[in-house]
Amino acid sequence: MSRIGVAFDKARADGRAVLVGCMPAGFPTVKGSIAAMTAMVEAGVDVIEVEIPYSDPVMDGPVIQKASDIALAGGVRTADTLRIIEAVAATGAPVVTMTYWNPIERYGVDVFARDLAAAGGTGLITPDLIPDEAAEWLAASDAHGLDRTFLVSPSSTDARVAMTVENCRGFVYATAVMGVTGARARTSDAAPTLVSRVRAVTDLPVGVGLGVGTGAQASTVAGYADGVIVGSALVRCVLDAPSEAEGLAALRTLSAELAEGVRNPAR
Amino acid sequence: MSADALAPVAGSQPDSAGHFGRFGGRFVPEALVAALDELDGAWRTAIADESFQAEFGALLRDYAGTPSLLYEARRFSAKIGARVLLKREDLNHTGAHKVRNVLGQALLTKRMGKTRVIAETGAGQHGVATATAAALFDLECVVYMGEVDTERQALNVARMRMLGATVVPVTTGSRTLKDAMNEAMRDWVANVDETHYLIGTAAGPHPFPAMVRDFVRGIGDEARQQCLDLTGALPDAVTACVGGGSNALGIFHAFVPDEDVRLYGFEAGGDGVTTSRHAASITGGSAGVLHGARTYVLQDADGQTLESHSISAGLDYPGVGPEHAWLHDTGRASYLPVTDAEAMAAFELLCRTEGIIPAIESAHALAGTVTLAPKLAAELGREPTIVVNLSGRGDKDVHTAGDYFGILDKEH
Repeated sequence: MSRIGVAFDKARADGRAVLVGCMPAGFPTVKGSIAAMTAMVEAGVDVIEVEIPYSDPVMDGPVIQKASDIALAGGVRTADTLRIIEAVAATGAPVVTMTYWNPIERYGVDVFARDLAAAGGTGLITPDLIPDEAAEWLAASDAHGLDRTFLVSPSSTDARVAMTVENCRGFVYATAVMGVTGARARTSDAAPTLVSRVRAVTDLPVGVGLGVGTGAQASTVAGYADGVIVGSALVRCVLDAPSEAEGLAALRTLSAELAEGVRNPAR
Repeated sequence: MSADALAPVAGSQPDSAGHFGRFGGRFVPEALVAALDELDGAWRTAIADESFQAEFGALLRDYAGTPSLLYEARRFSAKIGARVLLKREDLNHTGAHKVRNVLGQALLTKRMGKTRVIAETGAGQHGVATATAAALFDLECVVYMGEVDTERQALNVARMRMLGATVVPVTTGSRTLKDAMNEAMRDWVANVDETHYLIGTAAGPHPFPAMVRDFVRGIGDEARQQCLDLTGALPDAVTACVGGGSNALGIFHAFVPDEDVRLYGFEAGGDGVTTSRHAASITGGSAGVLHGARTYVLQDADGQTLESHSISAGLDYPGVGPEHAWLHDTGRASYLPVTDAEAMAAFELLCRTEGIIPAIESAHALAGTVTLAPKLAAELGREPTIVVNLSGRGDKDVHTAGDYFGILDKEH
């Protein structure tokens, strides 16, 4: 079983959900992003999602896009991302990579899979790669023992949910809302329905992302999903902080609040 | 239009998933797949429906003003040593070929029961065309435009607003067409239930490339027949400018089976393809994924999209429609770069010889034709006949051109 699967199984046995925290690689700097992700692990984030910064992130809202732009302007390269993954994996937390497809295609799909596995990464979340176009990635992830997380959406038909889940390994990413990344005032009404539609066709754990930003929201989502995925709210801690130290402090506080939330699912 | 005017031309159809060889497809968030499937279904049903064809044909004729003329540009021809026939898409309502595409997609929007259209625009021609169709069909309209482009195309921004559209200046990234497309995609992901994303060129995820081409293919269908009527033969070459590539595909498509007719797409070479300032995705780019499809893209070694440059806002885009990528790979069409300076020289030549102010986009096609003419003449041993797609008129570019030539009255 994948390391992500182990983390989900353990949490399930404890009657709680897994907290997945996302941060762009190289934001605000390579060193700073390792410090940020390490702080998140220390404060209770179970799984770290390292996003490879990309110039045209169509699924991201303004907060993550701005962080990615800062990383890219700072000169971060795909090779740096692999070093960051290696450093974060050394904390012991499972590390999953979120990436738009072109950087992987450009790096070389099989070569990237090999290097990601060597760096200790568990697999990829691919927001703009659907299984329909993923033949090369399916082969490479099989060859190198990596997980693959495709997204399902409230608009997905039952047939597409089944097909997508069939191609997933590790966990399934259910997008809670029709929209892009970014914390929202209310969690989604569509998400519980989507999670139950996924559960009808698989035993794989289901993580819910998009729009979660507070401990209370994490608790709500933990009430019906196996994983709670938080990005923008964590990124904003670093983005809005007047200094790196204050950013890390804010990140620890929010991570702990979210970790508390997933440990107390609202049922 | 005839009943088969939207029927497929053999040999240039994508597979059922929208692949032109190794290009095309769908590289999009899963949230959009249902909308793309809905659009694909609506489009396929519509093009097989005679009432849709009749409605589209009537709009093209009575509202857009097509068939556009095929005009023999005798004074321009004499200067360059070729018989040049201009396909006058600049005479269409809203001033460019793009009105054909927006009328087709607006009709589909109505058929799908959606009430809102969004669009991205560079030069503003597609934005103006979309705002026009939205007004005509009583649809809410939001147009995303890079902040840089809103400044260099202020007149078109005003036009869109007059027509009732909301223009949103995009301040992310390079603040040009590429970023406007990202922003429109984000809007679409969030509002897909009531919104149709009216993409302005033959790019993006399936079915947009094939669908947009089919809505604009009347350009080539008309030009082919008009050329036969006028000269008694097919042309030796057909030329067009290529940004995303809708006008080029529109005129190429009917000629694809005519193997003796050479097809030339002229890309925006900016300061030159050996510099970092150009927008020639095929000549100076490499295969990659951008905005929902695999195609040729300007990108760095890490797959990050590079900023493009062209004096023409409408060609200033770091990708190209996937069918062009495929026509390039198969060798059926040739793609060559034209620099800003070459385009502006041809712009001036057409103004002075024919009394026609072309869009700077179209000036790229004219400039490429100027270079092509003597080579083709030498090869054929006679004066070649070349059909040039004059895809748009230059009203919107008067400020840019006036600035380039240093003829603006500084007090105004």
